[in-house]
Amino acid sequence: MSVKLLYFASLREQVGSSGESLELPSGVASVAALREHLIARGGVWQAALAANRALRVAVNQDLAIASTAIKEGDEVAFFPPVTGG
Amino acid sequence: MSVRVQSADFDVGAEIAALRRGDPKIGAVAAFIGLVRDVNDGSEVRSMTLEHYPGMTERALEGIISAAKGRFRIDHALVIHRVGELQPTDQIVLVVTAGSHRGDAFAACEFIMDYLKTQAPFWKKEQTREGARWVEARGSDDQAAARWEPGQD
Repeated sequence: MSVKLLYFASLREQVGSSGESLELPSGVASVAALREHLIARGGVWQAALAANRALRVAVNQDLAIASTAIKEGDEVAFFPPVTGG
Repeated sequence: MSVRVQSADFDVGAEIAALRRGDPKIGAVAAFIGLVRDVNDGSEVRSMTLEHYPGMTERALEGIISAAKGRFRIDHALVIHRVGELQPTDQIVLVVTAGSHRGDAFAACEFIMDYLKTQAPFWKKEQTREGARWVEARGSDDQAAARWEPGQD
């Protein structure tokens, strides 16, 4: 299935991309599995998305957790803890 | 519209007047205005750039206002948040709540601001003498929002 990925703020700078469309292999169907899939790219992806890095994830613009399911066509955003206001 | 994300500045007096115009049951208006400081974490801040997640930001803020209206007796609420480059002394954010009595107006204003700080997807990048840096989230902001959770009263 295909999903739309978005990256914001320091994470966007670190991976050098604000987003992409990505075809996921079968079995990658949750936030946690997607993060692992991206970490497996190695290099800056491994560093930026490492498990010990505090990141927030939104699926279709709602805050999500590691077990949140991902479906065909979803918009998934990764970003650091927010600092507005 | 109760939520606006914009690069332009805002006029607090005009926004409050518009929010309560023609509504004689309003007896209390509470407002919070967040400003750019010239010092943060010991460094001089020369300017600041605010990034956001278009779409989700508005959705998150509308959700926070909706939660505040469900919890407190307020009739109107407004959030304006600026994005883009800002300078010290500039206004960043405005939260206004209006209702019959001050208690709920005050509480709702603080509730909205506490959740905005921890839930709404905005990020600040500061330009300092030492270079550019992303502002780190503060644990004290999470604690402020957690005060409103069940069992924390």
